[in-house]
Amino acid sequence: MSAYYSNLAMVTSAVLYLVALIVHSLEWALARGSATNERSPREDLLGRLGLSVTMVAAAVHVFAVVMRGIAAQRAPWGNMYEFITSSLAMAVVIYLVLVFRRGLSWLGLPVTLLAAIGQGLAVTVFYVNVAPLMPALHSVWFVIHIVAAALSGAAFSIGGLAAVLYLLKARGERRAAPLNGYLRRLPSAAVIDRLSYRFHAFALPLWTFTIAAGAIWAQFAWGRFWGWDPKETWSLVTWIVYVAYLHARATAGWKGTRAAVLAVIGLATFWFNFIGVNLLFSGLHSYAGI
Amino acid sequence: MTEVSSPEEVDSGPSGRERMNRAHGVPSGTVRWAWATVTSMRTALVLLLLLGVAAIPGSVLPQRPVNPFGVTDYLTAHPTWGPWLDRLGFFDVFGSVWFAAVYLLLFLSLIGCIIPRCLTYAQAWRAQPGAVPRRLARFADHAAGSVRVPPVEILDAGERHLRGAGYRVSREEHGLSAERGYLREAGNLVFHLSLVVLLAALAWGSLFSFRGTAIVVEGQAFSNTLTQYDEFHSGVGFSARQLVPFTVSLDDFEVQFETGATQRGAARLFRAHVTVSRPGLAPTGELLEVNAPLSLDGTSVHLLGHGYAPVVTVRDGNGDVAFSGPVVFLPQDSNFTSHGVIKAPDARPERLAFEGVFLPSAVADPVNGLTSVFPDAWNPQLLLNAWAGPPKAETGSPENVYVLNPTGLTQLTKDTGDPLRSGLQIGTTFTLPDGRGSVSFDGLQRWTKLQVSATPGGWLVLASVLIGILGLTVSLLVRPRRLFLRIGRGESTQVEVAGVDRVDGRPGLGEAVAQLARAVGLDPPRADGVGAEGSAEGQATLAGTDVAERAPSKDDPRQERS
Repeated sequence: MSAYYSNLAMVTSAVLYLVALIVHSLEWALARGSATNERSPREDLLGRLGLSVTMVAAAVHVFAVVMRGIAAQRAPWGNMYEFITSSLAMAVVIYLVLVFRRGLSWLGLPVTLLAAIGQGLAVTVFYVNVAPLMPALHSVWFVIHIVAAALSGAAFSIGGLAAVLYLLKARGERRAAPLNGYLRRLPSAAVIDRLSYRFHAFALPLWTFTIAAGAIWAQFAWGRFWGWDPKETWSLVTWIVYVAYLHARATAGWKGTRAAVLAVIGLATFWFNFIGVNLLFSGLHSYAGI
Repeated sequence: MTEVSSPEEVDSGPSGRERMNRAHGVPSGTVRWAWATVTSMRTALVLLLLLGVAAIPGSVLPQRPVNPFGVTDYLTAHPTWGPWLDRLGFFDVFGSVWFAAVYLLLFLSLIGCIIPRCLTYAQAWRAQPGAVPRRLARFADHAAGSVRVPPVEILDAGERHLRGAGYRVSREEHGLSAERGYLREAGNLVFHLSLVVLLAALAWGSLFSFRGTAIVVEGQAFSNTLTQYDEFHSGVGFSARQLVPFTVSLDDFEVQFETGATQRGAARLFRAHVTVSRPGLAPTGELLEVNAPLSLDGTSVHLLGHGYAPVVTVRDGNGDVAFSGPVVFLPQDSNFTSHGVIKAPDARPERLAFEGVFLPSAVADPVNGLTSVFPDAWNPQLLLNAWAGPPKAETGSPENVYVLNPTGLTQLTKDTGDPLRSGLQIGTTFTLPDGRGSVSFDGLQRWTKLQVSATPGGWLVLASVLIGILGLTVSLLVRPRRLFLRIGRGESTQVEVAGVDRVDGRPGLGEAVAQLARAVGLDPPRADGVGAEGSAEGQATLAGTDVAERAPSKDDPRQERS
């Protein structure tokens, strides 16, 4: 029964994120051509409506993840479907907390875009029925390693979306013409850059820990902590790209646009590691497949 | 790999690190140029990205150390460029020269950067904050006013406040210079040094580590000597003395598979009951599971795989038992359709051999004939072809037990000319034609694949990684900040305070400046532009502007919220 409620709630949350995405898109569309900093009342209304729908969607989403755990009688991240839904739930909750604590509502459009696409794919393409774990996953590291991975995934995702907004805003600021429309409403490129950096600065040590925890687990399960399994290789590639991002931010000629591009590449690498590697390569992490 | 310490340095041509190298008197000329290039941040960045790109083929192409059969298949499938990829080392990327070149250059760059920085840090260990800048008004976060208190008391109050807030304070006659966040550089250095230690530990470990596997059937035992291994890999520094003496007997192996509709046939439980004997110690019963290896004097025993070993008895043409016991069959698919060979070289007058397939849950399929539909042994069947031939002289040369060498053997056929094929269930016997003998399927046992390994230096790898994570966290969380206070030299006590963050990404600088101002009795007027609210967008980087203040928020943007 809890599996049924989980599925129902998961699909509902995907639809609600889509609604929130549409509302935020309308909000951006209304701002088109506006050359003032003042939001029109209708824009404001749509912004608050989008946020409200996102809040409802997040509540339904978290409920779905919890019910999934109850149905499976274990932590709900034993396969790709569960990992994606758990990680996205964390991302949306982090976003909502920051909306209220730091006024990050301008991230509404990209976050709902991510959530709508991610949840949509999860319930259609990646869905699998509830099942117990295989013996290789019976370990305390199943909780430690994957919580760290999902949380760093959430933080990388928001940081990467901010990097995309940074690239748009910075391009606009370089132009001679004054900005208008939604780009004008965004914080300055410098502020977006700093926010993006803070998400990455949080996520990178956590991601390093994820890899280390995975290596410890691998030592327990397979008797070697590193074996160049495709998942391990791509974890390292992801790590390298993000380390390059942090260094690029402090290097003349690289800070700004190039660093932000690295952050976006890092995010692509991260999600490729979680989806592409499972689908394209066979390796020891193949139990995480569809 | 260095972080440029202040924003002003970034905008001025060569990176701080290049200048630092010049300052450290590296020999002149080409060497100096090469060293400066290798250790420059831009080179490090390019090498870092190159390392990431270089690792990718290792995940796309089959790799010989992990999957040698995949490499053979790939070479067969791609006869044109396969051999070229092979020559260029693409089937062992992580052991290739070019991959090693990239990471060794990267580490050279890292070491070249980190050593001068360590020296600088060691010298600055107890250093006092630099002098108070002449013009505090140029800082975006700045407040000024006059206070009716003697200058000494202002300085006392300011110093008390700053020291209380964890700043290192240097007091001048007419001002205070304060700094905090020295741990950032320490964390950064620890992180980079731990990477060097990690590389050394990995190199050390790869010299002396070993890993071997052995298949052990229920009721049998493995003794830790080289001859007992089926496969064995070791580093160049390995010596057989590293193999600690022990024996592991497999008493019983439990398996369970998913019988429900979802993930039917997936493994649910592997549990090996073993007895461990060590010299001088009483034998102990242990449980060996997938995530719970045995640890014996620094050597680990892991449970890696399992399969079936049908117990068979072969009788020869004379009616004598020519072979009896379990024969290991190797699984070919997820339903444990297994392949194996039974050899009876001592059978007389003719030696006998059998090659065949074991099906743990055999079901007659109208298209494919008998197939296994489940990994557990629900309906075990043994399908064998038989071979016979004249006795062969013992050569003593090793033979692959899983492969039938048909030299000198003739496959037995039916009268129709089709190969003879037996279908055996447990407890049945198949009699060969023409009085050549018989084969009986007496029972079924399971086998497990055990991996025995040791990695000297593993603790150093773990320690360097954990310390590295700690250093990385500190270097990213600690954000250095400088605060200044200057008092006028005239009769009325004119006070100026200002602050600057040496790295960005930290909120609350304006509030820190305001607190200092209040602590010395200065009520900072909002209009003075603490936080550079009025400055142009994009120019506010120095000001430690909080994220929220650009967003349409009702909150007071100056409120510290972290």
